[in-house]
Amino acid sequence: MVELAFTPLPAHVRTARLVAVAVARRSGVPESLLDEVRLAVGEACSRAVEAHRQNCPAEPVKVELTDSGGRFEVVVTDSGHGAAPADDLAGPEMIPEGTAALSQAGAVPGASAAEAHNGLPAALGNGHGGLEDGFGLAVIAELADDVRISRTPAGISVCMSWPSSAR
Amino acid sequence: MDLKLDDHMKDGIRVVDVEGEIDVYTAPRLRELLIDLVNKGDYQLVVNMEKVEFLDSTGLGVLVGGLKRVRAHDGSLDLVCRQERILKIFRITGLTKVFGIHDTVEEAIKARKSEK
Repeated sequence: MVELAFTPLPAHVRTARLVAVAVARRSGVPESLLDEVRLAVGEACSRAVEAHRQNCPAEPVKVELTDSGGRFEVVVTDSGHGAAPADDLAGPEMIPEGTAALSQAGAVPGASAAEAHNGLPAALGNGHGGLEDGFGLAVIAELADDVRISRTPAGISVCMSWPSSAR
Repeated sequence: MDLKLDDHMKDGIRVVDVEGEIDVYTAPRLRELLIDLVNKGDYQLVVNMEKVEFLDSTGLGVLVGGLKRVRAHDGSLDLVCRQERILKIFRITGLTKVFGIHDTVEEAIKARKSEK
């Protein structure tokens, strides 16, 4: 197992991504899946960093990487208790509403004058140029082979895994 | 690889060349540049992502934010990207339907001009 703890700074998320991909590669996760590992771990760490920055900037974000039984598993645990809205707890089957709105955003932007936000789906954007909370988790749900998101006493735990060929 | 940003005018459209990784750490710089351009009156933007190596949801958020800003001035923000790994992120989030995504800067400009 590889364990990583980092101060909740956006700059460290890249480091976490690099470590995750390095360990995944070593665990025998197929090369074709490494981009997904990189993005999913990055998203999980980004939301954990944000939760910590709002609630406990002094506490580190924890990442555990394990390889057993033919699975490469990554668990990102935050202590930013209360930072996540209920919607944030969506698993692959319960993707936040925003994502549904996104996939239905088929209408050419601006096609409907009545549409809010200059023709963009309401889920897109919170005025700061960011996407709605939970969007990153929705991306993870699409990327990881298996995802479990659970609430811990301290915060949220995102557990993701991919097939590996343990050597 | 850090984020490298550059911009220039081409046929009356502001082209923003992005190189490197757009993530939670670097995305604020791209956001600032887009805000800056809009504040200076550049409402027709093409963001060239051919050299982008990584893009996460923070980066997507900044692009959507940029699109909202230019739309407020009846402007446009088109993307240039041929990389499958980046396009995949737009696809799974449904954003391929929100942005015009083109193979080259020339095509993006041509498509924008013909729309007028």
